[in-house]
Amino acid sequence: MKLMLHVAPGIVRHPLIASVILETQTLLNIERAKVDAVSGEIVLDVAPDKCRLVKEAFERRGVDVVLLEIPVIKDDDQCVHCGACVSICPTGTFKFDDWRVVVDSGKCIQCGACVAGCPHRALKLILK
Amino acid sequence: MEAKSLSEVNERIRDGSVRVVTAEEMPNIVDELGPAGAVREVDVVTTGTFGAMCSSGVFLNMGHSDPPIKISKAFFNRVEAYGGVAAVDLFLGATQPSEDQGMEYGGAHVIEDLVAGKSIDVEAEGVGTDCYPQLELETNLKLEDFNQATMVNPRNAYQRYNAATNTSDRTLHTYMGTLLPRSGNVHYSGAGVLNPISNDPDFEYIGVGTRIFLGGAEGFVMGSGTQHNPQNGFSTLMVTGDLKEMSPQYLRAATFHMYGPSLYEGIGIPIPILNERMALKAAVRDRDIRVPIVDYGVPRRDRPALREVSYQDLKSGMVDLNGKEVSTSSLSSFYHARQIAGTLKQRIENGSFLLTQAVQPLSKVGSSRPMKQTKEFPNVGDVMSRDVVTVRESIGIEDAASRIVGGKFDHLPVVSDEDKLIGIVTSWDISKAVANGNISKVSEIMTRRVYSARLDEPVELAARTLDTHSISALPVIDREGHVIGMITSNDLSRLLAGRRSH
Repeated sequence: MKLMLHVAPGIVRHPLIASVILETQTLLNIERAKVDAVSGEIVLDVAPDKCRLVKEAFERRGVDVVLLEIPVIKDDDQCVHCGACVSICPTGTFKFDDWRVVVDSGKCIQCGACVAGCPHRALKLILK
Repeated sequence: MEAKSLSEVNERIRDGSVRVVTAEEMPNIVDELGPAGAVREVDVVTTGTFGAMCSSGVFLNMGHSDPPIKISKAFFNRVEAYGGVAAVDLFLGATQPSEDQGMEYGGAHVIEDLVAGKSIDVEAEGVGTDCYPQLELETNLKLEDFNQATMVNPRNAYQRYNAATNTSDRTLHTYMGTLLPRSGNVHYSGAGVLNPISNDPDFEYIGVGTRIFLGGAEGFVMGSGTQHNPQNGFSTLMVTGDLKEMSPQYLRAATFHMYGPSLYEGIGIPIPILNERMALKAAVRDRDIRVPIVDYGVPRRDRPALREVSYQDLKSGMVDLNGKEVSTSSLSSFYHARQIAGTLKQRIENGSFLLTQAVQPLSKVGSSRPMKQTKEFPNVGDVMSRDVVTVRESIGIEDAASRIVGGKFDHLPVVSDEDKLIGIVTSWDISKAVANGNISKVSEIMTRRVYSARLDEPVELAARTLDTHSISALPVIDREGHVIGMITSNDLSRLLAGRRSH
């Protein structure tokens, strides 16, 4: 499952992820990270059974954690099932099912490539 | 040899006994029954395609105002339409961006809004003549308010289309969609097995006057389209139809990010199976239709082809490019192409769509030559400075600073032991390093992702690279990657001002 971390300015330089990995003994994958001098936005992939453990560990360190349940939505009135989103997604969120584009939301890391790449403006990120 | 006539097929459509299949079903029928059996069993094969067709637009007649106006310039929802055809005839092109929203809303969106029944803001400027005194007007119009709204598309329904990838190191936004760097993906367009022309490549049926399915309505082939190139398997059609009869389901506006608006259109053509030859041609499969994958990372007309693939390969979702599995996806919709072929099949079966005898076959010879360019643009090599100073990454920043002071440029290209370009250092990088302290070597501050220009590329391309990345100078390299010069924004300004440096 995907967790979105919003890291506040005061703690952005702390080794937060490393300390959570050590504390929870959990394997996690950093799927997207944008960290600058003042803040950070990080998306992690964590096994469903460890999700709560990891979320709470980050929250104890002052990180705002959001579970990304439906990170991206497709407007089916606008979608023409062309497939322009399929090959540009780094995580394989979109695929053809009998030539209809279907979305596996669980894979989305909210990079936004598909939003700009959709010629019909049918995709939106649900930002939390 | 089995054969039948077009009037026999139309007779069967009228009496309801016609046998229609889609072009997707036809190959297996021919495999099973042979061409003679297929002629006996199948009367019509329906095709369909649904994709971005930029070369499209609508002639609109607004009727005369009082006092009358001879329109020189007109805007529909702030999208300019061409006013150089008589007083109140206008041509609205699909790719024209709007004045206020830019490429997010364009001619295609106006067409989509009209077909959806929405009201459009019209602003017009007049010439002002004795017979047409009105100088400007504003009004709101719906599709029904126009006398005529006739779609005329100069180039539609390409027989097949080159697939696209990008070997450069930055993401490209093109009319072939988002192309990821280092061949991160392949995009393609076209319906393959369902493509109209691929099922009648020698125009045994399709010709001037052929009745077609266009945007949900009945349309007609006017002739071959622009860039029609049947010798090389890239035939196109020029088509027309009544916009008032069209449906929003088959006409969809689109915007390609950082490229512009385009119109997705549905086109379907029925092909009668009059003889065994036509049956064999309509049995074409995805694997028989091949296209090159071309490299859009090369911003030139003659983009290199990396390899040739079939639509079957492209539709599989993965192709091999130089030993690497690369994900493919389409920009056209096969889902809608199928629906169009299916809808056309129903219309023929229920007797509401008759086939036509072409007035004249389409030409088997076309032209898609490159542009004749009479004004020569200089190449980078004509404009660049050759007295460039390069450094190795191991030298100290004091040394680098003195070379910048002693040389012509604020930029020092950094080269490897083999004299190949590996980075660049600017006077700003050095100032920053001095301000921060404790940095001593060029290798610690140089930018390794360095943009460069080639000796033999047009200055236009170098100018775009400078502009895209907001930089002011580019090292010029030869084919081996050796730095042989420098081109700066100053060189380009001098060129525009008409004063060459040498």
